[in-house]
Amino acid sequence: MGYTLDFSVVWHAMPALLWGCVGTLGLALAGMTLAMMIGVAGVAARDSKAAWLRALVIGFVETVRNTPFLVQIFFLFFALPLIGLKLNPTATAIIALGVNGGAYAIEIIRGGVQSIHKGQVEAGYALGLHKGQVFRFIVLKPALRAIYPSLTGQFIMLTLTSSICSAVSAYELTSVAQRIESDTFRSFEVYFFVTFLYLAISWLLMLGFAVVSHRFFSYPTR
Amino acid sequence: MTPHFGLPEFGFLLRGLQWTVLLTLVAFAGGCTAGLAVALLRTCGHRSVEWITRIYIGIFQGTPLLLQLFVVYYGLALTGLKLDAFAAVAIGFTVNASAFLGEIWRGAIQAVPRGQTEAAMALGLHYSSRMRDIVLPQAIRISLPATIGYLVQLIKGTSLAAIVGFIELARAGQIVSNQTFQPLLVFGVVGAMYFILCWPLSWWGSRMEARLALANQR
Repeated sequence: MGYTLDFSVVWHAMPALLWGCVGTLGLALAGMTLAMMIGVAGVAARDSKAAWLRALVIGFVETVRNTPFLVQIFFLFFALPLIGLKLNPTATAIIALGVNGGAYAIEIIRGGVQSIHKGQVEAGYALGLHKGQVFRFIVLKPALRAIYPSLTGQFIMLTLTSSICSAVSAYELTSVAQRIESDTFRSFEVYFFVTFLYLAISWLLMLGFAVVSHRFFSYPTR
Repeated sequence: MTPHFGLPEFGFLLRGLQWTVLLTLVAFAGGCTAGLAVALLRTCGHRSVEWITRIYIGIFQGTPLLLQLFVVYYGLALTGLKLDAFAAVAIGFTVNASAFLGEIWRGAIQAVPRGQTEAAMALGLHYSSRMRDIVLPQAIRISLPATIGYLVQLIKGTSLAAIVGFIELARAGQIVSNQTFQPLLVFGVVGAMYFILCWPLSWWGSRMEARLALANQR
C-alpha cells in the first residue's frame, strides 16, 4: 500500500503549533535566566577561598556536562518533590534547563571575567574614572562582548535542548507536536514541519543576536 | 511484589549500557566517513557545492537532535524499508554526526596555513595527494579536541533513542525505575554510568586542547 503525504493536518494544527513555539521560547527564556543566575553565583563560588566550595562547583559542572539532559530531567522530576518542591512539568523543565545551562554558563562567564586584564582596571583608575565607571566601561562591557557569541550560542542550544522536556510533557513545541501526532497519526508530516519551525526559531534568534551585536559591540578592539 | 533494585536490575542496565556504546560506535564510525565527505565538499572551492553543504550543516545545527531522530525514524518507515529500531536510530545519529563532524573538520582544514596548500601545489601534488599527505594529517591534529567533544555529545545524545523506544541505557533506566519504584537510585546509577563513559573522554579532550594551545603560543 502506498503512502501519500498529507500536510493538511499541519495547517489545521497551525495555531496550536505556533502557541507551542511561544511555549518553547518562554521555556528557553526562563531556563536561560535561571542558568545565568546559577552561572554568576557559580563563578563567584568557583573562585572563592573555601576549597570545598570550589570542589562543589567543579563537581557540579563536570556532572552536568558528562551526563545526558534526559537523565538529568528524569532525576529532577523525581528528586524535586522529595525536597518539598511539588511543581508542574513545565516548572520542572525550567529548573532542569536552568541547572543544565547553568553549568555551561559558569564556564562561559568565567572565561569572560578572566579575559579582562588587571592592567585595564588600573589604567581606568589612573585616568580618573570612578568605581562605577570602571566596572561599567572597563569590566562589564568588554566582558559581555567577549562572552556574547558563546552566550547567545548557548541560548540557541538551550532552545533546541528544550525539546527534550517533552519527555516529562512540559508545555512546548515538541509535546504539542506529539499530541497532534497521536491525534492524526501523521507522524512524519508533523515532525518534518516542526523541525523547520525549530529551524526558523534558531535562525531568527541568530539574526536578532547578530543585529544586537552589530549595534552594541562593533567597536575596534585595538 | 515490587522487585528491589538488585543485581538482575543492575545487569539489565549494563546491557542497556552495551547498546549505548554500540550505538555510539556505529554512529561515530558512520559519521566520521560521511563527515569527511561533508568537510571536503564544504572546502572544495565550488561555490554552489559549498553553499549546499553549508545549508546541510546549518539545518542539523539549527534543529533539535530529537526532532531529527523523529524525522529519520518515521521517514524511513514511510519508504517501506523494514528496518529494526537499532538501524533506524543508528542512521539518524550517523546523519547528525556527519553534519557536526563535517563542520568541525571544515574549520580544521581551513585552519591549516594556506602556505601548506600552496607549497604542495608548487611541488605538483594533485588534489588527493595534497589532502591525504599534507592538509588532512595537520587538520586532524587541530580538530582532535573538538572531535572528542562531539563524541561526548554523541554518547549523551544516544539517550534520546529512548524516546523513540530503542532500549539503550536511558530507556533501560526508565524500565527499571518503573518496575522498582526507586527512580532516584536508578537514575543516579544510570547517570553515573554515563559519567564513567564521558568524563575520561572530556578530560582527555580538554588536556589535548590545553597542549595544543600551548604549542600554538610558541
